[in-house]
Amino acid sequence: MSDTAAPTGAVAANPDPDDRKTDGSARWNQTLRDITGGSAMISILAVVFALVVGAVLIAFTNERVQETAGYFFSRPGDLLQAVWDAVAGAYSALFQGAVYNFRANNFLTAIRPLTETLTFATPLIAAGLGVGLAFRVGMFNIGGRGQMLMGAGAAGWVAFAVELPAGIHLIVAILAGLLAGAIWGGIVGLLKARTGAHEVIVTIMLNFVALYFIQFLLRTPGALQAPGSNNPKTPAMLSTAIFPDLFGPRYNLHAGFLTVIAATIFVWWLLSRSSLGFQFRAVGQNPRAARVAGINVKNIYMYAMAISGALVGLAGINQVLGTVTTGFGAGIDAGIGFDAITVALLGRSKPWGIFAAGILFGAFKAGGFAMQAAEGVPIDIVVVVQALIVLFIAAPPLVRAMFHLPTPGTTRRPKIRAVQAPKTPEVVAK
Amino acid sequence: MKLELRGITKRFGALIANNNISLTVESGEIHALLGENGAGKSTLMNVLYGLYRAEEGEILLDDKVQKFAGPGDAMNAGIGMVHQHFMLVPVFTVAENVVLGHEQTTFGGRLDLSAARAKVREISDRFNFDIDPDARIEDLPVGVQQRVEIIKALSQDAKVLVFDEPTAVLTPQETDELMVIMRQLAETGTSIVFITHKLREVRAVADRITVIRLGAVVGEASPTATNAELASLMVGRAVELTVHKDAPDLRGTALSVKNLTVVDALDQIVVNNVSFDVQAGEVLAIAGVQGNGQTELTQALIGLQHRVTGSIELDGKQLRGYSVRHILDSGVGFIPEDRTEDGLIADFSIAENLMLDRSSGAPFVKAGNLQLGFRAEFAAEKIEEFDIRSQGSDMDAGRLSGGNQQKVVLARELSRGLRLFVAAQPTRGLDVGSIEFVHTRIIETRDSGIPVIVISTELDEVVALADRIAVMYRGEIVGIVPGTTPRATLGLMMAGESAPATEAAL
Repeated sequence: MSDTAAPTGAVAANPDPDDRKTDGSARWNQTLRDITGGSAMISILAVVFALVVGAVLIAFTNERVQETAGYFFSRPGDLLQAVWDAVAGAYSALFQGAVYNFRANNFLTAIRPLTETLTFATPLIAAGLGVGLAFRVGMFNIGGRGQMLMGAGAAGWVAFAVELPAGIHLIVAILAGLLAGAIWGGIVGLLKARTGAHEVIVTIMLNFVALYFIQFLLRTPGALQAPGSNNPKTPAMLSTAIFPDLFGPRYNLHAGFLTVIAATIFVWWLLSRSSLGFQFRAVGQNPRAARVAGINVKNIYMYAMAISGALVGLAGINQVLGTVTTGFGAGIDAGIGFDAITVALLGRSKPWGIFAAGILFGAFKAGGFAMQAAEGVPIDIVVVVQALIVLFIAAPPLVRAMFHLPTPGTTRRPKIRAVQAPKTPEVVAK
Repeated sequence: MKLELRGITKRFGALIANNNISLTVESGEIHALLGENGAGKSTLMNVLYGLYRAEEGEILLDDKVQKFAGPGDAMNAGIGMVHQHFMLVPVFTVAENVVLGHEQTTFGGRLDLSAARAKVREISDRFNFDIDPDARIEDLPVGVQQRVEIIKALSQDAKVLVFDEPTAVLTPQETDELMVIMRQLAETGTSIVFITHKLREVRAVADRITVIRLGAVVGEASPTATNAELASLMVGRAVELTVHKDAPDLRGTALSVKNLTVVDALDQIVVNNVSFDVQAGEVLAIAGVQGNGQTELTQALIGLQHRVTGSIELDGKQLRGYSVRHILDSGVGFIPEDRTEDGLIADFSIAENLMLDRSSGAPFVKAGNLQLGFRAEFAAEKIEEFDIRSQGSDMDAGRLSGGNQQKVVLARELSRGLRLFVAAQPTRGLDVGSIEFVHTRIIETRDSGIPVIVISTELDEVVALADRIAVMYRGEIVGIVPGTTPRATLGLMMAGESAPATEAAL
């Protein structure tokens, strides 16, 4: 009897290599989607909880709190008072440093912190958009640092070494930076599409390639190094290529913020209104179905990484043409490429969500300095709060994936019925 | 052992998946649980197996009320489950799989495999299973693997065996053998719950039939009931199991496949030198047990396979070696066999899914911009035309029922100007009502003069739709026979025996 049985087991599952790859990493893909695709409420709660835990840390590290804790049982009120003072003081300093300074004499001075926040937010939003776009196509772009450095290097070189009329110079510098970022990101897409290399590995490695490449150029006279200097630093940018200040020299906020608003609008249009974005999202959600529907998944990976790289490159451009115009070194990325991952997560990979998350993180940066100056609370607390935000957003899906736990609210079979069955209740009655 | 379910009610949120279901399975009885997909059969069995906790009702074994906190409790109480998808480790031997989770060890923590082997032999002999305890699972045919599952359950002294859609993966012959095994088990006093939606099997083997629809018992029937009676119980109205179709109006060869060979990533030849023609206006069904190269053949037709030799000519134009995009643009419509993975994007709305394979040009895209207004109109029109039951075109496709999901795929593919229509497993997992709808649509497509290829592992479907039937076995076409060929002949061909007499006729 068994001799008539078909050889089903042997050839039952033999999809082509691409399919198998997606099968093998299906759970990882789902996890990525869970992490990046949650609701805004999760983001808000993550921020709130992170601030609460941050408050605990502020209280613990406060000297006055430690002192009063010593005689807690005789006078508990002192401890509570000390905790309140420490936390309220720190967070109000954070707020005043980031949004509105109540102690200032006039409105124009009082609002200055907000412009600082927006200045800090500018590169964060740009890089966050890049990382978020890659998320939507199902890819993790950890290469923000490299793409920023390449974008900054190219834009910076055009800005200090090429002489062009005002206006045109700025535009050419921006385009050079975007192109450099796009190439650096596009390489990742190309490698992923052609060889199947995982973008996480490739982006991380390209970070180092970019770092040492820029360091090399910074030490090479005639390349990026300032003439007559031995420091690994570029000369100052020419004034024709610098983002003009938006509100005059009293404020640091520059026109780069407008490019970021434009980038946000562009990404919104791309993802929700354009045909390319439709294909991006299709590949991000289900690469197999996208392929069957005639979408060239490999090309989509390349386009997406190139655009993602260009957006991250815009962050580098903003650094060198707006924030640090006096010449830059290899540390110009300032860790923004990594903060951008947090920004994209917090913004749920949606353009305006990223915009808001970028401003929040800009506020943390601006306010963190004020907090340290005014209350002596270490600025590291801000870093801890940022890390906690990531943790609160990413941890639940990661833990589920690691321990193979079911996702609550997934559309397993019983739930599918939950949608369809109530539509014909009259039949149940029979 | 006598199994009794009393008033089981299981809710998922607002939905009542099982509504006050009562069921008695006497000792030694084969009790068929018949219902459409989504009727609540699997939910009920998951309640029985301790995977779900019912809100109301109780489970009794030999008149004693049971409380199951999990599958472990259910197993200990004597309930065994043979899953539709086997829970076996492919690289382990039969004996190792049977003891998995209940390993007995000897001194020093070493696995006592000889006891396991003895147990496998003992059970295997009792039912004439003819299974070598040391064979590796991956080397065994599917039908034998299923028997390993049965042994696994019996080795835990299961007195109640639940078979969850056991025949979905079997050849007709293997199905018949399974029926014999189920009979044997019942004769030794095992109670059997047989979950299925295939009417023929139910009538062949069941002692009693309980029909479930929309979470409630709608009736009991005896095995002597006709197919039509059972089917109308299941769907609540009379359904036709055979599609009305007239003789095909043949309009000349449209698709010509010659010497097609596909090599997969593991360097195995999965489709071997296959040639066939399809005429405009006919349905060619490709039958065969799953895994005999049909999937790869389909993928080769649509451009999803890379290592393909031979020729695929549609209306005289070569398609082999072109991209999926080019092939779709050449007028090939395609229903993939795995609808949820390949056919739809679950998180996309119905409207988005309806434009999925036309995302790069008119009418859905103009100058790189999505035409949202047109898309919404198009979706509304198709939802109406194809009777897609939904809460509107913005609803995520993943939240639709299987039948409605398939209607979305069907609507998308049939609303392009087609020159060839390829439907792989078009009704897999669908309820009877949806099957009828899909079949009617396929025949309408044929009658409009489009060549149609239907790939199916369901013999009923093949016989209902086909004008000609090509049977595949181990990557080759065993024979191409007329649609009127008896099932028995087809069954033999699916097991690899050629049918020379009929082959020559065509």
